[in-house]
Amino acid sequence: MDFCIKYLKDYKKESILAPLFKMLEAIFELLVPLVVRDMIDVGIAAGDRRYVMRSCLILVVLAVTGLVMAITAQYYAARAAVYAATAMREDMYRHVTSFSPETMESMGTSVMVTRMTSDLLQVQNGINMFLRLFLRSPFIVFGALIMAGVVDKGSTLIFAAVIGGLSLVVYLIMRSTLPIFSDIGKKLEKLLLIVGENIEGVRVIRAFGREADEVEGFNEKTGDMYRTQIRAGHISAWTNPLTYLIVNLGLAVLLWYSYDMVDTGRLSQGDVVALANYMSQILVELLKLANFILLLTRAFASAARIRAVMETEPEKRSFSDDKNVDVSKDVPVLEFKDVTFTYPGENEAAIEEISFSLKAGETLGVVGSTGSGKSTLISLAEHLFDVDKGLVKIKGRDVKSYSDSELSSIVSSVPQHARLFSGTIRSNLTMAKRDAGDDVINMALEASCSLEFVMKKENGIDEKVQRGGTNFSGGQRQRLTIARALMKQPDILMLDDSSSALDLGTERRLLDNLSKLPWHPAVVIISQRASSCRNAAHILVMEDGSMAGYGTHDELMSDSEVYREIYHAQFPEEDET
Amino acid sequence: MRRIIQELKPHGAAIFLTLILAVGVVVSTLLIPVYLGDAVDALVGAHMVDKDALTSAIGKMCAAILTTALCQLLMNYNNNRIVYRVTKKLREDAFYKMTHLPLKKLDTVLKGDYVSRIVNDADSFSDGLLLGFTQAFTGVLTIFCTIVFMLKIHRGIALLVIALTPMSMAVAAFISSRIKKYFLQMATDRSALTDYVDETVSGQRLLVRLDCMEEVTDRFLELNENHKRSAFLATFYSSTVNPSTRFVNSLIYAAVAVAGALLAVSGGITVGAVTSFLGYAREYTKPFNEITGVITEMQNAIVCAGRLFEIIDSPIEKDEGSLPHKPVAGRIEFKNVSFSYDSKKPLMQNVNLDVAPGERVAIVGPTGAGKTTLINLLMRFYDVNEGAILLDGVDIRDMPLSFVRSCYGMVLQDTWLKSGTIKENMLMANPEATDDDIVAAAKRSRAHDFVRRMRRRYDTVIGEEGKRLSFGQRQMLCITRLMLAMPPMLILDEATSSIDTRTEQMIQAAFHKMMEGRTSFVVAHRLSTILDADKILYMENGQILEQGTHRELLKKNGRYAKLYYSQYYS
Repeated sequence: MDFCIKYLKDYKKESILAPLFKMLEAIFELLVPLVVRDMIDVGIAAGDRRYVMRSCLILVVLAVTGLVMAITAQYYAARAAVYAATAMREDMYRHVTSFSPETMESMGTSVMVTRMTSDLLQVQNGINMFLRLFLRSPFIVFGALIMAGVVDKGSTLIFAAVIGGLSLVVYLIMRSTLPIFSDIGKKLEKLLLIVGENIEGVRVIRAFGREADEVEGFNEKTGDMYRTQIRAGHISAWTNPLTYLIVNLGLAVLLWYSYDMVDTGRLSQGDVVALANYMSQILVELLKLANFILLLTRAFASAARIRAVMETEPEKRSFSDDKNVDVSKDVPVLEFKDVTFTYPGENEAAIEEISFSLKAGETLGVVGSTGSGKSTLISLAEHLFDVDKGLVKIKGRDVKSYSDSELSSIVSSVPQHARLFSGTIRSNLTMAKRDAGDDVINMALEASCSLEFVMKKENGIDEKVQRGGTNFSGGQRQRLTIARALMKQPDILMLDDSSSALDLGTERRLLDNLSKLPWHPAVVIISQRASSCRNAAHILVMEDGSMAGYGTHDELMSDSEVYREIYHAQFPEEDET
Repeated sequence: MRRIIQELKPHGAAIFLTLILAVGVVVSTLLIPVYLGDAVDALVGAHMVDKDALTSAIGKMCAAILTTALCQLLMNYNNNRIVYRVTKKLREDAFYKMTHLPLKKLDTVLKGDYVSRIVNDADSFSDGLLLGFTQAFTGVLTIFCTIVFMLKIHRGIALLVIALTPMSMAVAAFISSRIKKYFLQMATDRSALTDYVDETVSGQRLLVRLDCMEEVTDRFLELNENHKRSAFLATFYSSTVNPSTRFVNSLIYAAVAVAGALLAVSGGITVGAVTSFLGYAREYTKPFNEITGVITEMQNAIVCAGRLFEIIDSPIEKDEGSLPHKPVAGRIEFKNVSFSYDSKKPLMQNVNLDVAPGERVAIVGPTGAGKTTLINLLMRFYDVNEGAILLDGVDIRDMPLSFVRSCYGMVLQDTWLKSGTIKENMLMANPEATDDDIVAAAKRSRAHDFVRRMRRRYDTVIGEEGKRLSFGQRQMLCITRLMLAMPPMLILDEATSSIDTRTEQMIQAAFHKMMEGRTSFVVAHRLSTILDADKILYMENGQILEQGTHRELLKKNGRYAKLYYSQYYS
């Protein structure tokens, strides 16, 4: 609630004018029964045709003013709602894109997207309806009560009783059904999940012969759903009959009450008609209000979900001002000193006591099993996380002393999953370096062995890239992402298993090109293939988060059991001839 | 349509009851303005009140009120029961069908489409059709009865009201047609915005690393701004419909008032009759405005019904075999098997194969060679078009489906795990496995290494609502699941493709142990894992081109040898 108000503050004028004009519209609506009363009491009773015509004119004028007021109100309400929702979306986008990869994964990107789209839409509708109805409905209801009092003081008691009764009914029904409705929503999601899962897993389910279990599980859920729906439905079923009963019995009481009043001349025939009209206005408005409350609760639920995202703090990382540079000659470009790190929420350290250093122009190969902590090295070198123990140094300075933007011009990494964005080859490459000319682009394409296939495309470097890069093969995508990483001519280039889709010949040429880059970057290559690292100056063997070997290929072949196993997994011994 | 009626037949009596109750609601509701008019006529002025007439009007009114409320309550209860029952039954029927549809059908459907048919369409159908029907019925009846009642009170004014009411519908239709373009623009802007948010949020990590979040955000702001403009226009213009129709109704109200009053002045009708008319004028236009909405809803419901029945009425997998079965030895024979997914594109033709019990068979070949197809046929996910596949000498079509499938343990390319805990997933393979069995199996598949790092270990919830696992980790869990089942034959389709070579070797050792005495089929693209198979099948375009051991095939120096050398020496 206060969360939405924060955004409406910027649209103060709209948020005040919208309900205000709605209220004015309501006033004109409330005047109608009075005009009709006079038409009966003065016009008909006195047989005054001109009076009747004049009353009719007033009714038309009231209708026109009502229309103008209502449209003005709708204008401001739509404006405030849409504009506030837009501002909210902007804040959310900025906030969400600042999340760490861990936070992002734990919340799920598709969830974020839903929050920013359909949930926000719910909130927008909620605000819109709120501005339109929150003054109007109570105003009509209580306005009718007051007008009834103007016509005849005594009747207010009947009106007050009717309003009280109606409010109580609506409140009680809402209170008991709302939690059930949200329960139904959750159950529905569960059903969606089960059906989806059963389609995806059809082969496994049938292979294990579990169809009957799945059907039984599903029927249990639908049975449960049925009972819940019936429970909510049977409560809601009372709304219409009860409200109808209250208002119309109120009308009957009113007529009965009028008997004495009219007979004694305290109330005219027109007065009775006016009172009856006010009664029916109350009913129409209260039912509108009940629907509005339903919509509002949905908007509230959405707002709460949005709020949860906004209140999720991005992982805090520490930065230091210590810009002390180790100026000694030959300082390593990348250095890990006894680094230990545990992912938030995990039991055991992902990497432990890792040390290595790398000078400009040198290559480090990292090999090891799935989950042995290879990719973690990259995350730490990019300062996505703070290390628990030890130190990561980039060009002689603690990695914490760089801003993210500074760091990104020094360190470029190519992730496991080659991701391209929709646009062109050029737009994908210049993402990394905005002002890059064709010479830089060509250099990057050539070094990454991409030029050969890019040149064959109809539009060359301006060839369209579909979303996700689906119009390129896996190997082509990998090469283009490597080209992108080269655009900044980084001092440190890190490849995380990013040549896996290349054939051995292309991979060899690529590695060769990387070692000959004119600015001599340090290169870190993580790979599952022993062949990719074979010629590296240093090879780091990771095993279960720890170092299981560090040296050259020849050294490791003689010293490291783990390395030999990895190597022979690709090159079986029997073929070593 | 006939299909819909058939589905609703068991509820015929209930539906009939609803219709009767609807008549009760409509007639008694419409009587109230009449009685109100009578009452007003009784209350002429001081000392002129007709007490008897008033009492009788109020009495009739109370009776009508009670009838309306009672009928409405009963109708609501009755409708709930019909709607939710029909929904439940449709969902269950569709789900049952889905779990028994031939894969031939299921493999071609879009997952999201089926999910929404079974869950959402069932809702829209029962809701839209039944409630829509009741509403439409009530609406038409209300209009009809109002006209009759009005004509009975006074023909002239009644004709006036009937002539004027189409105006409000015309206004609504006029505005709706005008704002269509704003809605289209909004929809376009919205989907552009959603796509962009989706793409950039899922690529956020990379964008931050590339240091281009600023430009990306600028583009987002631009799209957000576009959407703001069109959303505002669409929202505003659509919200003018209600005030406009309300305005038209007010004009009609004024017209009725003045016509009634003028007639009353000349003594043509009573004040009470004018009051009744005013009541009708207010309510009469409502069903008109509602009916258009109801009709679209009903059309939608019929479309939904069609989509649902398409599933419910599909034939299920053929499962007519019933041969009694002893434990299988594991001999597999393909006799002149021909098969294709699409009759226009022949795939397997006249394939023959003989696998002895306990043999290890490796299947290699380029993408699209028919490796996965072979597995589909073995497990009877698909049936052969011609020829036969024999298991221990018996045609597998003569055996119950569940029996054939229970003979195999498999790990497939797509590593499906259901959402739930790791343990629940493991128990799928073998409901009797103990915790110790699971840990032992996980150790052999190397899955234990990463599971033990998780805080809740085997009780960790995985899947859409839980922990996301890497592809390699999922594969290891699938392998663990297989190791718990211990079936007589094995199928491994690229079972270790996403696991690094070294871990793969360790898992291989466990596999080897399992394969002893079990007929097994292994598809692999890393040839290092299949060098010691008893039989290697080289497939291309659905045909088995070469067959033999690794050494035999190398000696032959054919396609297999070429594939082998290309992987190791470039």
